[in-house]
Amino acid sequence: MAAVEASPVAPAPGLKVTELGMVSIALVAAGVIYLAAHLPRHAPLAPALGLLAAAVLVLAVNAVLLARQPRFAWWRFRQVFGWMLLVYVVVAGMIEYAFVYDHTRGAVLAVMTCLLATFTVNVPLISGYTVARYEQRLSRDS
Amino acid sequence: MAVAEQAVPVPAAGLAQPERPAVPASIVPLAGIPFVTAILVALVVSIQGNWSWALDFFHVVGGGLWTGVDLFMGFVIGPIMRKLSIPARIELTTRLMPKMLLIMPTLVTMTLASGFQLARLNGMLDTSYSRHAWVVVSMVVVAVMAITALGLLQPANIAVLFELRKPQPDPAIIGGLMRRFVYASAVIGAMQIATLIIMTRLAS
Repeated sequence: MAAVEASPVAPAPGLKVTELGMVSIALVAAGVIYLAAHLPRHAPLAPALGLLAAAVLVLAVNAVLLARQPRFAWWRFRQVFGWMLLVYVVVAGMIEYAFVYDHTRGAVLAVMTCLLATFTVNVPLISGYTVARYEQRLSRDS
Repeated sequence: MAVAEQAVPVPAAGLAQPERPAVPASIVPLAGIPFVTAILVALVVSIQGNWSWALDFFHVVGGGLWTGVDLFMGFVIGPIMRKLSIPARIELTTRLMPKMLLIMPTLVTMTLASGFQLARLNGMLDTSYSRHAWVVVSMVVVAVMAITALGLLQPANIAVLFELRKPQPDPAIIGGLMRRFVYASAVIGAMQIATLIIMTRLAS
């Protein structure tokens, strides 16, 4: 029988999911601003690719650190993450539509899309973590 | 073993009193979703049709409300909330936060999507535009606001709403999250002042 313990479950001290998520979003924003600042010309892609790689790396490190927390309220995290992901897929879809509508094509569009995808995962990750860390533990011990 | 980052608070039994505001069935006020959907559809249609009046309308109305709400939250509601008693804070939060969850993303989307299209149509995105540097600075300011809002403000808002749905909400958790919400609002409010300066500079 499932029982709810009386204390909130939080990850270990030092786990900076929110901070790492914000760093990843900042790297994404820097990449988008770099590309947008060169319009209508195509900017050299190397700096944007570097920013994208860094953003993805920080996101991956964040996800791995979070996944290693054994007593985290994953059921609540998944609930919030799922709904937030749905919302931000719609938002990202609108932004992608604007890129395509504005005749962004080729490699620039590919980099923009990857930056957008990284952003789209980061936002639900931060929100899911913030809610779940204050959630009561649902234990399965009878 | 996972260890709590902060002291484990003791649930306040007093919060389960009958005068506590009713907990709605949904975190998001569902009655507002048709309005949000209508606004977003109108926005997409305006972008698709390159309707400059409609884009101006969305940008000016959305931007004005976004700036106004951020300044009001950061510099008026925030200081007031810090001085309220915990039950009063919970009462205000229960009624205010669900609405903010719909209002703010809608205003931000209205403002940014229409603003980007206007800038494109008016040639302001072009590197040859004489005040292009101001446009890039405005993007940086928006990025700082977005990072603060998406990393701190919105998660705190959602976490408070989840906490308020519990049988016995923890005032310590709500107080901590609301502090974070208020400080993030103040940062965003300060960025909005920078936005006002940049936008009036671009328009003059």
